[in-house]
Amino acid sequence: MVDMSTALSTLELPNPVLTASGCAAAGEELNQFFDVSEIGAVVTKSIMTRARSGRPTPRMAETPSGMLNSIGLQGPGIDSFLANELPWLKAHGARAVVSIAGSHTDEYVTLAKRLYHHPVAMLEVNISCPNVENRGQVFACDPLAAARVISAVRRAANPNVPIFAKLSPDVTDIAQVARAVIEAGADGISLINTLLGLVIDLDTLRPALGGVTGGLSGPAIRPVAVRCVWQVHQALPSVPLLGMGGIKTGRDALEFILAGASAVSVGTVIFHDPSAPMRIARELEAELAARGFQSVREAIGFAHRTSSEQAEFFAARIATTQPDVDMEATV
Amino acid sequence: MSITAVTQAIPVQEIGEIFDVTRLGEYTQFTVVAPGVAAGFRPGQFVAIAVGGPDTSMLLRRSFALYGVKPGGDFAGTIQFVVAEHGRGTEWLVRQQIGTKLDLVGPLGVPFPLPREASPAVLVGGGYGTAPLLPLAEALLAQGSDIELILGAATGSRLFGELPAKRLIGQVTVTTDDGSAGQRGWVTDPLPSAIERLGAQIVYACGPMGMLRAVGEVAAAHAIPAQVAVEESMACGIGVCMSCVLPVRGSDGTSKFVRSCVEGPVFEAGRVRWADVGTLPADLLGADAMGGR
Repeated sequence: MVDMSTALSTLELPNPVLTASGCAAAGEELNQFFDVSEIGAVVTKSIMTRARSGRPTPRMAETPSGMLNSIGLQGPGIDSFLANELPWLKAHGARAVVSIAGSHTDEYVTLAKRLYHHPVAMLEVNISCPNVENRGQVFACDPLAAARVISAVRRAANPNVPIFAKLSPDVTDIAQVARAVIEAGADGISLINTLLGLVIDLDTLRPALGGVTGGLSGPAIRPVAVRCVWQVHQALPSVPLLGMGGIKTGRDALEFILAGASAVSVGTVIFHDPSAPMRIARELEAELAARGFQSVREAIGFAHRTSSEQAEFFAARIATTQPDVDMEATV
Repeated sequence: MSITAVTQAIPVQEIGEIFDVTRLGEYTQFTVVAPGVAAGFRPGQFVAIAVGGPDTSMLLRRSFALYGVKPGGDFAGTIQFVVAEHGRGTEWLVRQQIGTKLDLVGPLGVPFPLPREASPAVLVGGGYGTAPLLPLAEALLAQGSDIELILGAATGSRLFGELPAKRLIGQVTVTTDDGSAGQRGWVTDPLPSAIERLGAQIVYACGPMGMLRAVGEVAAAHAIPAQVAVEESMACGIGVCMSCVLPVRGSDGTSKFVRSCVEGPVFEAGRVRWADVGTLPADLLGADAMGGR
């Protein structure tokens, strides 16, 4: 038995597998395939203040081991979310991590205030949005703008609710952005959002997506995501990280945990396998057990230890846990 | 005429074994043992299939309209669907042999609504869009409705379902763009006279978008509804990815982008804003929030 419990700042989770924002709507559809209260948490699709139509179709293109999407944050707006989606999650016993998005700092603040008295386990702040106050520069690509949003959200949100900033990998130094949002009051960091990409349709000789560019996700981006988790954990070892990007199996999830993530989100794989979150949680438990880990917590960031430090850890484990009789009996 | 929504079963994910593979013109027909999908099936629903095997680089499921569904009895329930090769995923699928296991999710989507009582109906299928109309025809006949079927395709080898349709109904009208089978022209050419001959109170259709739009216009000209099943490409099929949306006018007059996988694939043709597909109409709910994006 592996102790699968983990924590994201003050949020205690029974297991470390969450859904990724934008890949699970608000949980109701997936509840047909597994009990959404059994996974770590449901991370909802980013919500904004107003209803949004999203972008024109085509909105997705399949790419090698991945997909490119330009959905454009289609959503019902915060009023409808508070009236329908959030109560549904609460009624079904799911932990709700609410992803919020904005096109200017005030929009994030409004959302944090509106969610203040609602059953929210954690806020994930999607800062991979263009800042209309700065010529559409993406917040997450500018440490100052990112920090400004996070500090404003931290002040406006319920102080008992942890706030995670979700970072974009499309930056030169992700650890620098991570440091900026932590100094601004984030309780932890989600990484990574999609990478910006483009596909040309060879029949129309035009970009394949209605939104022209799109976000690349799926196993194709996994090594980029693991690298980001590694770098941020190395720079900020005490900061809790929620890792995501192309996780398809329990082995993939373990890579993120060893790199420094306290929990993981699974996203695009849900389109391939709607049962994936529960499957990955089971597979992860088996992968941890096979390597001698007794808990998720002791595997977090384990890849940062030298091989001799790792050997010492397992040697100490054997010294303290070796049951005398059984071992002798098998010799 | 009153039509009634059909109750829907919760979809299941199951591994089904291919029981039969048959080439039919340019199409490949699969029969798969899938008792869970078969159990809840209603005409108009579809199945989403993972392609490429366990280590596939193709993450998105491929969706196919269901027909020829046999619920479990003495033998385990089976489903049928037909595949047209037009990409790497369908190329993989048509190479699969009897005995291969497929990862299936279904039955998915809103089925065709049925009249509350026997009502004459014309069914129009374009290419392999005929597939979901076959079980619909059976259900309508079982109700005692008079029906006619019009099948069309660009060319004879892309027709589907002519034989089983003839077995079911006795006679079908066939059109091809090039005249290689049936009468030369479009399915909408014989449609008005079929509606009039039968005194049809409803038209059902499945096929390419241009055809569905034209069928909807003919039905509207006869002041009868058209229930049409769209063939949008979908990434997940279960309503979480938001990629298969169409601009649809609701009963309150507000237009929205709705998911063709869970709010469709069957729509009342008059509600779909066919001319706006692929654009972002300014009056769509939430279009005003997209400014500057």
